Amino acid sequence: MADEIKTEAAPAPERTERSGGGERSGGGERGGGGRGPRPGGSGGGREGGRKFFRRKKVCKFCVEKIDSIDYKDYRTLGQFVAESGKIVPRRLTGVCTPHQRRLSTAIKLARNIALLPFAGRAS
Amino acid sequence: MNRTYELMFIVRPDMPEEEQEKLISTLESAMTSSGGAMKKVERMGKRRLAYTVRRFYEGVYILLTVEGSGGLVHELERRLRVTEPVIKFLTVRVDEEQKRLEKIKKIRDSRRKASATAAAAPAEAAVEAPATTA
Repeated sequence: MADEIKTEAAPAPERTERSGGGERSGGGERGGGGRGPRPGGSGGGREGGRKFFRRKKVCKFCVEKIDSIDYKDYRTLGQFVAESGKIVPRRLTGVCTPHQRRLSTAIKLARNIALLPFAGRAS
Repeated sequence: MNRTYELMFIVRPDMPEEEQEKLISTLESAMTSSGGAMKKVERMGKRRLAYTVRRFYEGVYILLTVEGSGGLVHELERRLRVTEPVIKFLTVRVDEEQKRLEKIKKIRDSRRKASATAAAAPAEAAVEAPATTA
């Protein structure tokens, strides 16, 4: 219980700190992707969601007790794929190592069966 | 040696339902003739593809859960490859993963039970314990 309270209290000072980091990663993505105008709205929302997880620095799969990362579940996988179609690194998402390993395999399988794009947005 | 596989394939969006049925039934007969079995058929419906496949922007996803040997999968994949309306397929072995999940579940259940019995000693607290773990 004590831990929960602590994590609830923590985000307030961290928020300002991390938002700087978010901007930095955004800049990196822009440099890497570089293809056309990016569809903002929903993507930005997802980005925000990811930032939220990153702020808390916990693994989504550990917290929600998702044991199986399924390649068919493209909605969940989509949260861990950048606009450019790249797999988002662990240091940005906060996913733990074992889960990131499974996640990346699942994303690769999903790409193979055209559930997720190899590059660029699904158009 | 029986294994469980998930066989997912995409057929072209203009393929009529009856022909899909026919394709699935021929695949099933191929399975049964080589000692396998089809455990489940799931039609995931028409979906937009993440990228164009053979100039198609969308496709009908079909998921079969198959039990059988590796040779059977080889045969099924060969069949899918020569079936013209099938534009993409993917076979994934799932039994190992299922085994792993069961193991995790067992560990988790035993832990839950242990915590429940620990909580049961103070009489009323037992009711509270499952609520917090759930």
